[in-house]
Amino acid sequence: MAIESQAIKRPAPFAAGVVGAAGGFLGIFVGASNGSVLLGILVGFVLAAAAAFVAMQVLDEGMERPFKWGLLGLITVGGVLLGGLPGLILGAIFGWLFGWFIYWVGMGRYRVPLPPYLTAGQVLWHYSFRMLCGVIFVFLITPILVVMPLSFNAQDFFTFTPEMLAFDPAGYSLKHYKDFFTSTEWQGALRNSLIIAPLATILSVSFGTLAAIGLSSEHVPFRRAIMAILISPMIVPLIISAAGMYFFYSRIGLQGTLLGVVLAHAALGIPFVIITVTATLVGFDRSLTRAAANMGADPVTTFFRVQMPLILPGVISGGLFAFITSFDEVVVVIFVGSANQQTLPWQMFTGLREQISPTILAVATILVGISICLLTVVEMLRRRSERLRGMSPG
Amino acid sequence: MKLTKTLMTTSALTVAAAAAFAASHGNMAGSMTLVSWGGAYQNSQTKAYAEPYMANNPGVSMTWDESSAEAVAKLRAMNEAGNITWDLVDVEAADAIRLCDEGLAMEIDHDEVLAAAPDGSSASDDFGDSIISDCFIPQIVFSTTVGYRTDLVGATPPTDICALFDLETYPGKRSLNKRPIANVEWALLCDGVPKDEIYEVLATPEGQDRALAKLGTIKDQVVWWSAGAETPQLLADGEVVMGSTYNGRLFSAIAEQNQPIGMLWDAQMLDYDGWIIPEGLPEDRLARVMDFLKFATDTQRLADQAAYISYGPARASSAPLVGTHAELGIEMAPHMPTDPANSQNVFVTQYDFWADYRDDLDAKFQSWLAQ
Repeated sequence: MAIESQAIKRPAPFAAGVVGAAGGFLGIFVGASNGSVLLGILVGFVLAAAAAFVAMQVLDEGMERPFKWGLLGLITVGGVLLGGLPGLILGAIFGWLFGWFIYWVGMGRYRVPLPPYLTAGQVLWHYSFRMLCGVIFVFLITPILVVMPLSFNAQDFFTFTPEMLAFDPAGYSLKHYKDFFTSTEWQGALRNSLIIAPLATILSVSFGTLAAIGLSSEHVPFRRAIMAILISPMIVPLIISAAGMYFFYSRIGLQGTLLGVVLAHAALGIPFVIITVTATLVGFDRSLTRAAANMGADPVTTFFRVQMPLILPGVISGGLFAFITSFDEVVVVIFVGSANQQTLPWQMFTGLREQISPTILAVATILVGISICLLTVVEMLRRRSERLRGMSPG
Repeated sequence: MKLTKTLMTTSALTVAAAAAFAASHGNMAGSMTLVSWGGAYQNSQTKAYAEPYMANNPGVSMTWDESSAEAVAKLRAMNEAGNITWDLVDVEAADAIRLCDEGLAMEIDHDEVLAAAPDGSSASDDFGDSIISDCFIPQIVFSTTVGYRTDLVGATPPTDICALFDLETYPGKRSLNKRPIANVEWALLCDGVPKDEIYEVLATPEGQDRALAKLGTIKDQVVWWSAGAETPQLLADGEVVMGSTYNGRLFSAIAEQNQPIGMLWDAQMLDYDGWIIPEGLPEDRLARVMDFLKFATDTQRLADQAAYISYGPARASSAPLVGTHAELGIEMAPHMPTDPANSQNVFVTQYDFWADYRDDLDAKFQSWLAQ
């Protein structure tokens, strides 16, 4: 029978110290938005520590529920006084969080999910590690999240207006989305992106897969050298590839044509396909192709009916990378394309440089949405295929 | 696998279709590529010149490339690659001079190519001083000037340029161009150099150091911008209390976006913006461009442009024809940098001076910035 960890009540000064530190940390942000960081830390520490001390030392364990509600109410009212409607929401969140945190720390509940033999240091590390991971996620995600509300700005600036912060509907508008869907420039850019990216993907997937298969058979001479050349677009700085392509394509009449941009993007996408397909080919059993040949299948039939289905996951993820490379690419298209081939990233780039218009944020929000949908679909397909092939349970 | 076969067939088909599509979209007859700055300025050109022209010439189509900011570099590359894809390029006067010197822009005879004024006076008389180069076909006069937050400057809003350097009366951040032009002239003016001696002083190393020293008094309060859209954004955010930018950007923030911003006309730095024709266009494209150019720079068209943006027409004969804003209906003449009330105290960009000293001053300024 497993021994369960017990929640043991901690000394009140310990709870007060830990909760106070958390309060001080949140105080940095509240303080910064109200003018003084130092004061924020101090006030946050004192308030949080006092609340924890009262809860642990003065009140009984049975008072948990009333105490949590009381704290929630107090902080919410404080939030309203400080910051109106947004203060109310933040206050409610903080109030709930601290109510829970005080009892979680004070009552030693943090011990419960962990094995009982861990030392204090190990417990501390367990939770600091989680905290660290959380902070990194916040750091990565916040810039993307900030963009989304700003794209509904009723003004033409990247600014959280007072109306927006007060959740006044007049501060919000869909006009930047309307601008995106009605402006011929943006629609032309969207159309170009939607033509160029799939075509470039199809080309990179076809050529990249063939190259990977060829390069993984042992009798091909100079395999390493050929491989190095094929994946060089990934290693050489983009601006150099772009300048080279510009002069080469100009001479052969491909500069400023749709075909030129598609070919350039295909060259950028091929390395991704080669790498992912080569990786899946490592696990591919060559005796299967010999068996197929033995049974009278010609190489093409063998490829489509035996090899292709088995390396499909690598092909698909390579294709996805190739698609995203083309869809996000701005440097090469500026060189190789002309005004007729302006893609979404190009339009966003010039728009950011000259206008700083929130239409860019609306587009960014839409693109983030599309990316999330695309990745979700691919991940679901991957899981489904793994399940069908019995590679993972459930 | 049927699915894979279908996939392969369709991909082959789409590639073939794309090739055909690309081939049919190469330079079709009657299409022109115009290069401009994007945004409200390009919009004013579309509305005032391009749309009326296309209404008269249904066979012509136009593509806009928002690449004016890197026009010099791109034209050099096009020239080297022997593949000129642009037909008409909108650049600042200083860039036009460089392009002309390098032989990348075509020299023209203004009187022959451009329309005469309605009163019969020749194009070169009508454009006057704005023809700063044989390659340059002026469109507008714009100025670099200072805007300020009306709610952050206290009871006495600034009235002269030296408010930029007055941290006591107007504390807070300022945004300035990350290039010496305009900044060094203002610095010397506010350091007590008489206006007509500024370029003499600026030609000496001591004078340059003096200008940088004056800028140094506010350096830790300056946000440096590199695109004209940045100052309006910073002002709207309240990140800066005042900052320099182009007068059209300030007009747009004040009149069209209703921001709490005011502007100074004092010591505004006037400059010109206009077209150049890339050197080496084939005969048919050149003929098309010339026809459009004659229309797009006539007196009425330049006056019409002022209904969409607050930049002054480069032709003297256009000024009396400037009307009201296309959407707001306000009189545009008082918002022109060339309006007599606004041009009491102006600098006109000294192209000769900057042609000689630009590289030196740029290097000095950048190393000063990095200190």
